[in-house]
Amino acid sequence: MIKNFWKDNSTPVLCVKLGVTVVGMFVFAIFIMPPLYTLFCDITGLNGKTGGKYNIEAQKGVDSFGVDTTREIKVQFIATNNETMPWEFKPIDKTVIVHPGEATVIKYYAHNPTDRAMIGQAVPSVVPYKAANYFHKTECFCFNSQPLQAGESAELGLSFIVDIDIPKYVKTITLSYTLFDITGEPEETLNEANQNTGIPKVLQLVSIN
Amino acid sequence: MAHGPAKGFSRWLYTTNHKDIGSMYLWFSFAMFLLGGVFALVIRAELFEPGLQIVEPGFFNQMTTMHGLVMVFGAVMPAFVGLANWMIPMMLGAPDMALPRMNNWSFWILPFAFAMMVSTLFMEGGGPNFGWTFYAPLSTTYAPPSVTFFIFAVHIMGASSIMGSINIIATILNMRAPGMTLMKMPLFVWTWLITAYLLIAVMPVLAGVVTMMLMDIHFGTSFFDAAGGGDPVLFQHVFWFFGHPEVYIMILPAFGIVSAIIPTFARKPLFGYSSMVYATASIAFLSFIVWAHHMFTVGLPIAGELFFMYATMLIAVPTGVKVFNWVTTMFRGSMTFETPMLFSIAFVILFTIGGFSGLMLAIAPADFQYHDTYFVVAHFHYVLVPGAIFSITAGVYYWLPKWCGNMYNETMGKVQFWLAFIGLNVTFFPMHFVGLAGMQRRVPDYNQFFADFNMISSMGAFLFGAAQLMLLYNVISTIMSGKKATDEVWEDPEGLEWTVPSPAPYHTFSTPPPIK
Repeated sequence: MIKNFWKDNSTPVLCVKLGVTVVGMFVFAIFIMPPLYTLFCDITGLNGKTGGKYNIEAQKGVDSFGVDTTREIKVQFIATNNETMPWEFKPIDKTVIVHPGEATVIKYYAHNPTDRAMIGQAVPSVVPYKAANYFHKTECFCFNSQPLQAGESAELGLSFIVDIDIPKYVKTITLSYTLFDITGEPEETLNEANQNTGIPKVLQLVSIN
Repeated sequence: MAHGPAKGFSRWLYTTNHKDIGSMYLWFSFAMFLLGGVFALVIRAELFEPGLQIVEPGFFNQMTTMHGLVMVFGAVMPAFVGLANWMIPMMLGAPDMALPRMNNWSFWILPFAFAMMVSTLFMEGGGPNFGWTFYAPLSTTYAPPSVTFFIFAVHIMGASSIMGSINIIATILNMRAPGMTLMKMPLFVWTWLITAYLLIAVMPVLAGVVTMMLMDIHFGTSFFDAAGGGDPVLFQHVFWFFGHPEVYIMILPAFGIVSAIIPTFARKPLFGYSSMVYATASIAFLSFIVWAHHMFTVGLPIAGELFFMYATMLIAVPTGVKVFNWVTTMFRGSMTFETPMLFSIAFVILFTIGGFSGLMLAIAPADFQYHDTYFVVAHFHYVLVPGAIFSITAGVYYWLPKWCGNMYNETMGKVQFWLAFIGLNVTFFPMHFVGLAGMQRRVPDYNQFFADFNMISSMGAFLFGAAQLMLLYNVISTIMSGKKATDEVWEDPEGLEWTVPSPAPYHTFSTPPPIK
């Protein structure tokens, strides 16, 4: 019976096979391609997306990083407002020089000049993209959405470690944050953005809705 | 054999006859072709002179978008399906398509899809204005409210194409007359078999990408929204994973038509039949691994740029095989130049020009200069207009006497060919120059120094449009009157379709014909 199914190309069986292919390709487009893309970008760092929260203890039992004082890496910070986002948003520390392995804390500044409460979400991107997997954030305001009352200001903290294994030719890393206005977006979207881990999560997303 | 077509409108509504459905597809396609042509003429009228004079920029964007969508999904694809419906059963010695009722359905949902899509032009906020490629976030965050209608229209068109392809595959695999082995099938049937598999593979991806847009717009997902953790570049990957095979869906059946016509008028059998089949299959396979050449400027890694560059250039090899085979078929043949042959020769020449500009665009470092300029517009119009439109026109002239039993007016056909040929080149050739000089696509205004070339392009476009009205007149007058065609129509043409009377009876091959 099963054997016949594969060899049988009579019209009804053929229609079933082709129909299954159609459904399969649809599922592939929605449920496989986006997670695969995210995973691919996560492995290669291609779209400059940095990873999620970095947990030092989790790294192969190493509890303290040796700091490589022989190397210096310049880290530059950039802030961009997406489209109509009215907030004032800028890095307080524009550039820092760090040694690989050294934990560093810098701050961004955000101010809501409007007369209404708003929620912002910063989305990071790293250039060069090959550095993305070597740039670890231990704390970041981008892990959470940022509410600000009317006229309120905030200093937004970011602590990071540049991996000691970072390729030798990387001398400068540029970290860019784009601030999006997500006031009034559904709660799921916010949580989704917060767990910016790059793990296939579109499945969860779809199931939420 | 006894019963013929029913009378009145219900004949067309309820018909399961492949010839009726093929005719409806072809008429529908021609109506969409004229509509898309009107949109194109609005674009060319606006671009006649620099500055804004006729339409608002927002409406201009709707025109470029709708022109692309209507031509791709409304004109070219249904025309090929129409030809497939008419010709495949007759070429295979089959009495009808394998799934005649589904055939009726896959046609009749199309007018509704396009009515829905075109109606968006009259809605508040206007119709789709984001380009036929509908890149997110233009088509999600910034889209007019009517985008939902566009999405459902695309879903319906996709369903229609998928049902059409299932039908064609089932017909080709199961309805061939005894003795008609796969490698004896006419090339038009072969190219359509491969095209149908391409459609089965990628139309669901198109449906998927518009579904993701729909969810981003209405259900709070973030597939393409960076603020929510998505990525707009993902849209381009998924879209072009559909879009590149789609390009071949619009050209492979054209290869089949031309491969039927050139041997007839060169009076030689097609050179390299089996290499044509394998070349078609190779092109279909390669079409799945070159999609990112549409996206060289999004920031691909160098390895990706190289891979997609070389893979794209590889397509020139099987395509070259085909072009050389057509040329070799004509070589030392007793050629005559009736209208279908003129269109076919123009196809070979102009499609090759379009192929070469495609090779230029395939060079990743050079593409950064050409990207989103009129050079790209020139390239894809040089492959699509002579590729799809000329081959369909050639096919219509070639088989029209068989369909309606009357011979078309040869003089008018030749005049129409030359008008279309001159109009096409006058329209699109200057676009190469303005594109290389930096004129951007999809912008209603341009720098003064592009003015002369644009004026020439616009005049060519109106000439090309007039030529199509001549085609319409010629076809209608052939159907209404015209001298009777013989059963063979041409001089000793190859193929089972020429063994039935002209016009082809309502039911053909109720008993399978003998195959040599």
